[in-house]
Amino acid sequence: MKISEIISALNLKVISGDKGLKNEVTGGYVSDLLSDVMGNAREGNVWVTLQTHQNVVAVSALKDLAAIIIVKGLAPDNDTIEKSNIENIPVLSTELDTFNITGRLFELLNKK
Amino acid sequence: MRTFRADLHIHTVLSPCGDLDMSPVRIVEEAAAKKLDIIGVTDHNTTRHCRLVRSLALKKGIFVMTGAEITTKEEVHCLAFFENDEKLKLLQDFIDANLPDMLNIPEIFGEQLEVDENEIIIYEEKRLLANAVKKSINEVEAFVHSLDGIFIPAHVDRMKNSIYSQLGMLPDNLKADALEVSRATTTAKFAALHPEISKYPVTRSSDSHYPDSIGQFTTAFFMKEASFSEIRLALAGAEGRKIIQE
Repeated sequence: MKISEIISALNLKVISGDKGLKNEVTGGYVSDLLSDVMGNAREGNVWVTLQTHQNVVAVSALKDLAAIIIVKGLAPDNDTIEKSNIENIPVLSTELDTFNITGRLFELLNKK
Repeated sequence: MRTFRADLHIHTVLSPCGDLDMSPVRIVEEAAAKKLDIIGVTDHNTTRHCRLVRSLALKKGIFVMTGAEITTKEEVHCLAFFENDEKLKLLQDFIDANLPDMLNIPEIFGEQLEVDENEIIIYEEKRLLANAVKKSINEVEAFVHSLDGIFIPAHVDRMKNSIYSQLGMLPDNLKADALEVSRATTTAKFAALHPEISKYPVTRSSDSHYPDSIGQFTTAFFMKEASFSEIRLALAGAEGRKIIQE
Protein backbone atom coordinates (compact mmCIF):
# COMPACT_ATOMS: atom_id res chain seq x y z
CA MET A 1 0.00 0.00 0.00
CA LYS A 2 1.17 3.52 -0.76
CA ILE A 3 1.18 6.45 1.65
CA SER A 4 -1.29 8.29 -0.59
CA GLU A 5 -3.83 5.47 -0.14
CA ILE A 6 -3.43 5.61 3.65
CA ILE A 7 -3.93 9.38 3.59
CA SER A 8 -7.28 9.11 1.86
CA ALA A 9 -8.44 6.06 3.85
CA LEU A 10 -7.64 7.65 7.21
CA ASN A 11 -8.41 11.23 6.26
CA LEU A 12 -4.94 12.52 7.12
CA LYS A 13 -3.69 16.01 6.43
CA VAL A 14 -0.42 16.32 4.49
CA ILE A 15 1.77 18.89 6.24
CA SER A 16 5.00 18.44 4.29
CA GLY A 17 7.18 16.05 2.35
CA ASP A 18 4.77 15.75 -0.61
CA LYS A 19 7.40 14.11 -2.78
CA GLY A 20 7.30 11.02 -0.58
CA LEU A 21 3.59 10.31 -1.00
CA LYS A 22 4.28 7.39 -3.31
CA ASN A 23 6.41 5.67 -0.68
CA GLU A 24 5.44 2.04 -0.21
CA VAL A 25 4.36 1.02 3.29
CA THR A 26 5.54 -2.20 4.93
CA GLY A 27 3.81 -1.79 8.30
CA GLY A 28 3.57 0.55 11.22
CA TYR A 29 5.42 1.49 14.40
CA VAL A 30 4.20 3.44 17.42
CA SER A 31 6.49 5.11 19.94
CA ASP A 32 7.34 8.51 21.39
CA LEU A 33 10.89 7.64 22.38
CA LEU A 34 13.09 8.27 19.37
CA SER A 35 15.81 6.00 20.73
CA ASP A 36 13.27 3.18 20.67
CA VAL A 37 12.25 3.99 17.10
CA MET A 38 15.91 3.98 16.04
CA GLY A 39 16.29 0.55 17.53
CA ASN A 40 13.04 -1.08 16.47
CA ALA A 41 11.19 0.54 13.56
CA ARG A 42 11.66 -1.15 10.19
CA GLU A 43 12.21 0.19 6.72
CA GLY A 44 8.96 1.32 5.09
CA ASN A 45 7.05 1.64 8.38
CA VAL A 46 4.57 4.42 9.03
CA TRP A 47 5.43 5.92 12.41
CA VAL A 48 2.74 7.26 14.74
CA THR A 49 3.98 9.72 17.38
CA LEU A 50 3.19 12.83 19.39
CA GLN A 51 6.74 14.15 19.04
CA THR A 52 7.08 17.19 16.81
CA HIS A 53 10.83 17.84 17.00
CA GLN A 54 12.92 17.88 13.82
CA ASN A 55 14.66 14.71 14.98
CA VAL A 56 11.56 12.71 14.03
CA VAL A 57 12.54 13.37 10.40
CA ALA A 58 16.22 12.64 11.08
CA VAL A 59 15.32 9.31 12.66
CA SER A 60 12.87 8.50 9.84
CA ALA A 61 15.55 9.22 7.24
CA LEU A 62 18.03 7.05 9.11
CA LYS A 63 15.57 4.15 9.27
CA ASP A 64 14.05 4.69 5.79
CA LEU A 65 10.56 5.06 7.22
CA ALA A 66 7.71 5.73 4.79
CA ALA A 67 5.95 8.55 6.67
CA ILE A 68 5.29 10.12 10.06
CA ILE A 69 1.79 10.58 11.48
CA ILE A 70 1.60 13.24 14.21
CA VAL A 71 -1.40 12.75 16.49
CA LYS A 72 -3.92 14.99 18.26
CA GLY A 73 -3.53 17.80 15.71
CA LEU A 74 -0.16 18.76 17.23
CA ALA A 75 1.80 21.16 15.05
CA PRO A 76 5.28 20.06 13.99
CA ASP A 77 8.14 22.48 14.68
CA ASN A 78 9.17 24.61 11.67
CA ASP A 79 12.51 22.80 11.38
CA THR A 80 10.59 19.53 11.16
CA ILE A 81 8.62 20.74 8.15
CA GLU A 82 11.78 22.01 6.42
CA LYS A 83 13.65 18.77 7.02
CA SER A 84 10.71 16.69 5.84
CA ASN A 85 10.66 18.55 2.51
CA ILE A 86 14.40 18.02 2.12
CA GLU A 87 14.25 14.31 2.98
CA ASN A 88 10.97 13.70 1.10
CA ILE A 89 9.46 11.98 4.10
CA PRO A 90 5.82 12.97 4.49
CA VAL A 91 4.70 14.47 7.80
CA LEU A 92 0.99 13.76 8.17
CA SER A 93 -1.45 14.98 10.77
CA THR A 94 -4.55 13.58 12.41
CA GLU A 95 -6.87 15.00 15.06
CA LEU A 96 -7.19 11.50 16.54
CA ASP A 97 -5.09 10.30 19.46
CA THR A 98 -2.53 7.53 19.15
CA PHE A 99 -4.86 4.73 20.25
CA ASN A 100 -7.55 5.56 17.72
CA ILE A 101 -5.38 6.32 14.68
CA THR A 102 -3.26 3.24 15.32
CA GLY A 103 -6.34 1.03 15.52
CA ARG A 104 -7.53 2.29 12.15
CA LEU A 105 -4.08 2.03 10.60
CA PHE A 106 -3.67 -1.54 11.82
CA GLU A 107 -7.05 -2.51 10.42
CA LEU A 108 -6.24 -0.89 7.06
CA LEU A 109 -2.81 -2.50 6.68
CA ASN A 110 -4.06 -5.96 7.65
CA LYS A 111 -7.25 -5.89 5.56
CA LYS A 112 -6.05 -7.64 2.46
CA MET B 1 44.96 30.52 36.84
CA ARG B 2 44.10 27.37 38.71
CA THR B 3 41.70 24.44 38.84
CA PHE B 4 38.27 24.86 40.42
CA ARG B 5 36.17 21.82 41.32
CA ALA B 6 32.52 22.18 40.42
CA ASP B 7 29.45 20.04 41.03
CA LEU B 8 26.97 21.78 38.78
CA HIS B 9 23.92 19.57 39.27
CA ILE B 10 22.36 19.50 42.75
CA HIS B 11 18.70 19.24 43.75
CA THR B 12 17.29 20.76 46.92
CA VAL B 13 14.28 19.66 48.96
CA LEU B 14 12.20 21.78 46.59
CA SER B 15 12.55 19.15 43.86
CA PRO B 16 9.94 16.43 44.38
CA CYS B 17 12.70 13.82 44.18
CA GLY B 18 15.06 15.80 46.44
CA ASP B 19 15.57 14.31 49.91
CA LEU B 20 14.14 16.20 52.90
CA ASP B 21 17.72 16.61 54.14
CA MET B 22 18.60 18.68 51.07
CA SER B 23 18.09 22.07 52.68
CA PRO B 24 20.23 24.96 51.44
CA VAL B 25 22.09 24.94 54.78
CA ARG B 26 22.91 21.24 54.56
CA ILE B 27 23.90 21.44 50.89
CA VAL B 28 26.36 24.25 51.58
CA GLU B 29 27.80 22.38 54.60
CA GLU B 30 28.34 19.29 52.46
CA ALA B 31 29.86 21.28 49.63
CA ALA B 32 32.26 22.96 52.08
CA ALA B 33 33.17 19.63 53.71
CA LYS B 34 33.96 18.25 50.27
CA LYS B 35 36.02 21.32 49.39
CA LEU B 36 34.02 22.20 46.32
CA ASP B 37 34.73 25.59 44.76
CA ILE B 38 31.52 25.83 42.76
CA ILE B 39 28.06 24.27 43.05
CA GLY B 40 25.06 24.47 40.75
CA VAL B 41 21.51 24.70 42.10
CA THR B 42 19.30 22.88 39.62
CA ASP B 43 15.87 22.04 40.95
CA HIS B 44 13.28 20.68 38.57
CA ASN B 45 11.50 23.60 36.93
CA THR B 46 12.00 26.08 39.76
CA THR B 47 14.58 28.64 40.89
CA ARG B 48 13.12 29.41 44.33
CA HIS B 49 16.04 28.08 46.37
CA CYS B 50 18.85 29.62 44.31
CA ARG B 51 19.25 32.89 46.18
CA LEU B 52 19.39 31.33 49.64
CA VAL B 53 21.96 28.74 48.61
CA ARG B 54 24.04 31.48 47.02
CA SER B 55 24.02 33.74 50.09
CA LEU B 56 24.88 30.83 52.43
CA ALA B 57 27.60 29.55 50.12
CA LEU B 58 29.16 32.98 49.76
CA LYS B 59 30.06 32.93 53.49
CA LYS B 60 32.00 29.71 52.90
CA GLY B 61 33.73 30.98 49.80
CA ILE B 62 31.75 28.75 47.46
CA PHE B 63 30.50 30.19 44.19
CA VAL B 64 26.95 29.21 43.17
CA MET B 65 25.71 28.82 39.62
CA THR B 66 22.01 29.64 39.85
CA GLY B 67 19.48 28.09 37.53
CA ALA B 68 17.18 25.13 37.10
CA GLU B 69 16.85 21.74 35.46
CA ILE B 70 14.16 22.36 32.89
CA THR B 71 12.06 19.51 31.49
CA THR B 72 11.38 20.28 27.83
CA LYS B 73 8.25 19.30 25.90
CA GLU B 74 10.09 16.18 24.69
CA GLU B 75 10.83 15.36 28.36
CA VAL B 76 14.53 16.05 27.96
CA HIS B 77 16.19 17.41 31.11
CA CYS B 78 18.38 20.46 30.48
CA LEU B 79 20.40 22.58 32.91
CA ALA B 80 20.06 26.33 32.49
CA PHE B 81 22.19 28.84 34.38
CA PHE B 82 21.85 32.61 34.61
CA GLU B 83 24.23 35.28 35.77
CA ASN B 84 22.01 37.50 37.92
CA ASP B 85 18.70 37.67 39.77
CA GLU B 86 17.04 39.71 37.08
CA LYS B 87 17.62 36.98 34.50
CA LEU B 88 16.80 34.26 37.02
CA LYS B 89 13.45 35.94 37.58
CA LEU B 90 12.81 35.88 33.82
CA LEU B 91 13.58 32.15 33.81
CA GLN B 92 11.06 31.65 36.62
CA ASP B 93 8.47 33.64 34.64
CA PHE B 94 9.19 31.50 31.56
CA ILE B 95 8.68 28.31 33.57
CA ASP B 96 5.53 29.65 35.27
CA ALA B 97 4.02 30.52 31.90
CA ASN B 98 4.76 27.09 30.44
CA LEU B 99 4.37 24.57 33.26
CA PRO B 100 0.98 22.79 33.24
CA ASP B 101 -1.37 23.63 36.13
CA MET B 102 -1.29 20.11 37.51
CA LEU B 103 -1.03 19.70 41.26
CA ASN B 104 1.67 17.72 43.01
CA ILE B 105 0.63 14.67 45.01
CA PRO B 106 3.38 14.59 47.66
CA GLU B 107 2.67 10.96 48.63
CA ILE B 108 3.45 9.89 45.06
CA PHE B 109 5.97 12.39 43.70
CA GLY B 110 7.53 13.76 46.89
CA GLU B 111 7.41 16.97 48.88
CA GLN B 112 8.21 20.29 47.16
CA LEU B 113 9.28 22.49 50.05
CA GLU B 114 11.11 25.78 50.33
CA VAL B 115 12.93 26.33 53.62
CA ASP B 116 14.77 29.28 55.13
CA GLU B 117 18.25 29.60 56.64
CA ASN B 118 16.91 28.11 59.91
CA GLU B 119 15.51 25.11 57.98
CA ILE B 120 11.94 26.23 58.68
CA ILE B 121 9.46 25.45 55.91
CA ILE B 122 8.27 28.73 54.42
CA TYR B 123 6.53 27.63 51.23
CA GLU B 124 5.09 24.55 49.57
CA GLU B 125 5.07 24.47 45.78
CA LYS B 126 1.66 23.14 44.76
CA ARG B 127 2.27 22.61 41.07
CA LEU B 128 3.91 19.37 40.01
CA LEU B 129 7.48 20.34 39.15
CA ALA B 130 8.19 16.95 37.58
CA ASN B 131 6.05 17.94 34.60
CA ALA B 132 7.34 19.10 31.22
CA VAL B 133 7.09 22.74 30.14
CA LYS B 134 5.23 23.40 26.90
CA LYS B 135 8.35 24.39 24.97
CA SER B 136 10.62 22.31 22.77
CA ILE B 137 14.27 21.78 23.60
CA ASN B 138 15.21 24.20 20.81
CA GLU B 139 12.82 26.83 22.17
CA VAL B 140 14.23 26.42 25.68
CA GLU B 141 17.77 26.69 24.33
CA ALA B 142 16.87 29.85 22.39
CA PHE B 143 15.29 31.36 25.52
CA VAL B 144 18.32 30.59 27.67
CA HIS B 145 20.68 32.09 25.11
CA SER B 146 18.48 35.16 24.63
CA LEU B 147 19.45 36.03 28.23
CA ASP B 148 23.10 35.02 27.80
CA GLY B 149 22.53 31.96 29.95
CA ILE B 150 24.40 28.68 29.88
CA PHE B 151 22.54 25.70 28.43
CA ILE B 152 23.66 22.15 29.21
CA PRO B 153 21.54 19.10 28.30
CA ALA B 154 21.69 16.86 31.39
CA HIS B 155 22.88 13.25 31.79
CA VAL B 156 22.95 12.62 28.05
CA ASP B 157 24.12 9.03 28.59
CA ARG B 158 21.04 8.01 30.58
CA MET B 159 18.25 6.23 28.74
CA LYS B 160 15.71 8.30 30.62
CA ASN B 161 14.89 11.99 30.13
CA SER B 162 17.99 12.58 28.03
CA ILE B 163 18.57 13.85 24.51
CA TYR B 164 19.48 10.37 23.35
CA SER B 165 16.56 8.59 24.99
CA GLN B 166 13.93 11.10 23.92
CA LEU B 167 15.31 12.37 20.62
CA GLY B 168 17.52 9.51 19.47
CA MET B 169 20.45 11.70 18.47
CA LEU B 170 21.88 15.16 19.04
CA PRO B 171 19.76 17.64 17.07
CA ASP B 172 22.07 19.19 14.46
CA ASN B 173 20.78 22.71 15.16
CA LEU B 174 21.03 22.73 18.96
CA LYS B 175 23.52 25.17 20.47
CA ALA B 176 24.55 23.47 23.69
CA ASP B 177 27.29 25.13 25.75
CA ALA B 178 28.25 21.70 27.06
CA LEU B 179 26.80 18.23 27.50
CA GLU B 180 26.58 16.58 30.89
CA VAL B 181 27.30 12.91 31.48
CA SER B 182 26.02 11.15 34.57
CA ARG B 183 27.80 9.24 37.28
CA ALA B 184 27.00 6.05 35.34
CA THR B 185 29.72 6.69 32.76
CA THR B 186 32.80 8.76 32.02
CA THR B 187 33.38 11.26 29.25
CA ALA B 188 35.81 8.91 27.53
CA LYS B 189 33.46 5.93 27.67
CA PHE B 190 30.52 7.88 26.36
CA ALA B 191 32.58 9.52 23.60
CA ALA B 192 33.62 6.05 22.45
CA LEU B 193 29.94 5.23 21.87
CA HIS B 194 29.00 8.65 20.55
CA PRO B 195 32.03 10.33 18.93
CA GLU B 196 29.86 13.31 17.93
CA ILE B 197 29.88 14.57 21.54
CA SER B 198 33.57 15.37 21.22
CA LYS B 199 32.76 18.68 19.56
CA TYR B 200 31.17 19.80 22.85
CA PRO B 201 32.74 20.38 26.24
CA VAL B 202 31.53 17.68 28.61
CA THR B 203 30.70 18.24 32.27
CA ARG B 204 30.21 15.57 34.87
CA SER B 205 28.18 16.19 38.01
CA SER B 206 26.62 14.30 40.88
CA ASP B 207 22.94 15.05 40.11
CA SER B 208 22.60 14.83 43.90
CA HIS B 209 19.28 14.20 45.55
CA TYR B 210 20.91 13.23 48.90
CA PRO B 211 23.61 15.05 50.89
CA ASP B 212 26.10 12.17 50.75
CA SER B 213 26.41 12.22 46.97
CA ILE B 214 27.24 15.94 46.71
CA GLY B 215 30.68 16.31 45.18
CA GLN B 216 31.05 12.62 44.32
CA PHE B 217 31.29 13.56 40.66
CA THR B 218 32.72 16.89 39.64
CA THR B 219 34.05 18.89 36.72
CA ALA B 220 37.46 20.57 36.89
CA PHE B 221 37.49 24.09 35.48
CA PHE B 222 40.86 25.69 34.75
CA MET B 223 40.35 29.44 34.95
CA LYS B 224 41.17 32.68 36.74
CA GLU B 225 38.41 32.81 39.34
CA ALA B 226 35.07 31.22 40.21
CA SER B 227 32.60 33.37 38.33
CA PHE B 228 29.90 33.02 35.71
CA SER B 229 31.94 34.73 33.01
CA GLU B 230 35.02 32.62 33.73
CA ILE B 231 32.94 29.43 33.56
CA ARG B 232 31.55 30.57 30.24
CA LEU B 233 35.10 31.13 28.94
CA ALA B 234 36.20 27.72 30.22
CA LEU B 235 33.26 26.00 28.50
CA ALA B 236 34.18 27.76 25.28
CA GLY B 237 37.85 26.87 25.76
CA ALA B 238 38.66 30.54 25.32
CA GLU B 239 41.56 32.70 26.54
CA GLY B 240 43.40 29.80 28.09
CA ARG B 241 40.45 28.70 30.23
CA LYS B 242 39.26 25.13 29.82
CA ILE B 243 37.65 22.07 31.28
CA ILE B 244 40.19 19.50 32.39
CA GLN B 245 38.89 16.05 31.49
CA GLU B 246 39.55 13.57 34.26
